[in-house]
Amino acid sequence: MIKKPIYFDHAATTPLCAEALEKMAPYFTEMAGNANSQHIFGRQAMAAVDNARDTIAGIINCKPNELYFTSGGTESDNWALRGAAHALKYKGKHLIISPIEHAAMIATAKALEKEGFEIEFMKVDEEGFVDLDHLKSIVRKDTVFVGCMLANNEVGTVEPVKEIAKIAHEAGALCFTDAVQAAGVLDIDVKDLGVDMMSMSSHKIYGPKGVGALYIKNGVSIESIITGGHQERMRRGGTTNVPGVVGFAEAFRIAAEEREKNAKYVSSLRDRFIDRVIKEVPYVKLNGPADGAKRLPANADFSFKFIEGESILFSLDLAGIAVSSGSACSSGSLEPSHVLLALGVPEGLAHGSIRFSFGKHNTMEEVDYAVEVIKQAVDRLRNMSPLFKAESEVKNV
Amino acid sequence: MYNEKVMDVFKNPKNVGEIENPDGIGTVGNEKCGDIMQITLRIKDDVITDAKFKTFGCAAAIATSSTATEMIKGMTVEDALKVTNKKVIETLGGLPAQKIHCSVLAEEAIKKAIEDYRAKQKA
Repeated sequence: MIKKPIYFDHAATTPLCAEALEKMAPYFTEMAGNANSQHIFGRQAMAAVDNARDTIAGIINCKPNELYFTSGGTESDNWALRGAAHALKYKGKHLIISPIEHAAMIATAKALEKEGFEIEFMKVDEEGFVDLDHLKSIVRKDTVFVGCMLANNEVGTVEPVKEIAKIAHEAGALCFTDAVQAAGVLDIDVKDLGVDMMSMSSHKIYGPKGVGALYIKNGVSIESIITGGHQERMRRGGTTNVPGVVGFAEAFRIAAEEREKNAKYVSSLRDRFIDRVIKEVPYVKLNGPADGAKRLPANADFSFKFIEGESILFSLDLAGIAVSSGSACSSGSLEPSHVLLALGVPEGLAHGSIRFSFGKHNTMEEVDYAVEVIKQAVDRLRNMSPLFKAESEVKNV
Repeated sequence: MYNEKVMDVFKNPKNVGEIENPDGIGTVGNEKCGDIMQITLRIKDDVITDAKFKTFGCAAAIATSSTATEMIKGMTVEDALKVTNKKVIETLGGLPAQKIHCSVLAEEAIKKAIEDYRAKQKA
């Protein structure tokens, strides 16, 4: 018997793991001190924060003093991009990012453009991979920042960040990666990657929401965007979210420990799902890499031709399956997913896209149930669609 | 985000389909915007005796298509032209702000189908 609703939206967020919750609990109550207080309560809290920092630094192979806690991925992205741009504007105002970055990067880049910075986008191929030759051709003397996510949140493409970092450094620019979807999922070593900054988020890996971190390599100077007290080596003001960082570190520790096991299991769910959908649902397009090894283990993103994503989302929701859509109607804007458009997916197909992201608690039975529900939902919506009849006479998508 | 009524209509929409050799047909929207609505009408002596829709769009677009076609059945074309998106939304008990444009499509599709009917009458 399948327990519903089924959660297939782990790229949006994950449930907090019991271990993290347990570790966090005392820091809400009996050890609720401000980590910057000098008394026993403060010292207890600071010890917990130090401990959390050590744990995460150890996993990503940086020094604890290179890791800064933030309120999450969005803040980390904002800080890295805006902070670097402002700190380095004396040197140059040319910033390069990929076109499939998270909104936290795209929106910040747009804001910087208004301030007079020049934003240039890398090129990506139809699977979402950055074109390295193109990147080499656009870096310039005044390029100060090159940013690309480690793995894409929507289509799961795992980017060649190590190569991107080399190109950035040869040009004398800083290299940043947004590892919000990758940290705790892929094996990450910041020294090996060669990046100068890296964003991470807690709630994508069974940690609490509202916490993240930014790795800033020692010697890299960026401006603060949240100014205040002496927290985070005077680089990020605001009372430290002690229970949050404690939970983040515990979730990260478990994620790292279970990484290989979870990746293997979750990708087995994904592979079966992708196989069945391609075989059993006509007129679908898998977005992102065809090679499962080059895509996040949990990610499957499909466009269903002739129908619109939000109506698919709610059809699945009614049947007890929770997913995300890249359609404009889901985002509240008029444009479909900028990621799919950057991959060259036609607008009609981009509107009909659904992201399925699996988690360690999902089962093969849930995957099989979802495929059956999808077949029915897609059929029903296609029968309502004015596009279906006209085009179904033409074979092949 | 949607109220129960909207979800109910989305789940069990009425008048899905296409009337063969319709007296009036109206198609509005485009694939690029993610919304296409087609309404076909059977009209006898200026009274709408049947209305069907086919919609490529979100749950709100489907719910408004169903509701609008349901509302105009039995109406004279004159009255059907007075069916505004506001009335469709009211019948559905409200729509989220960002979905208002979906209900405009239904109003436009009806108008276009009636225009088509009138053009055919003249011809």
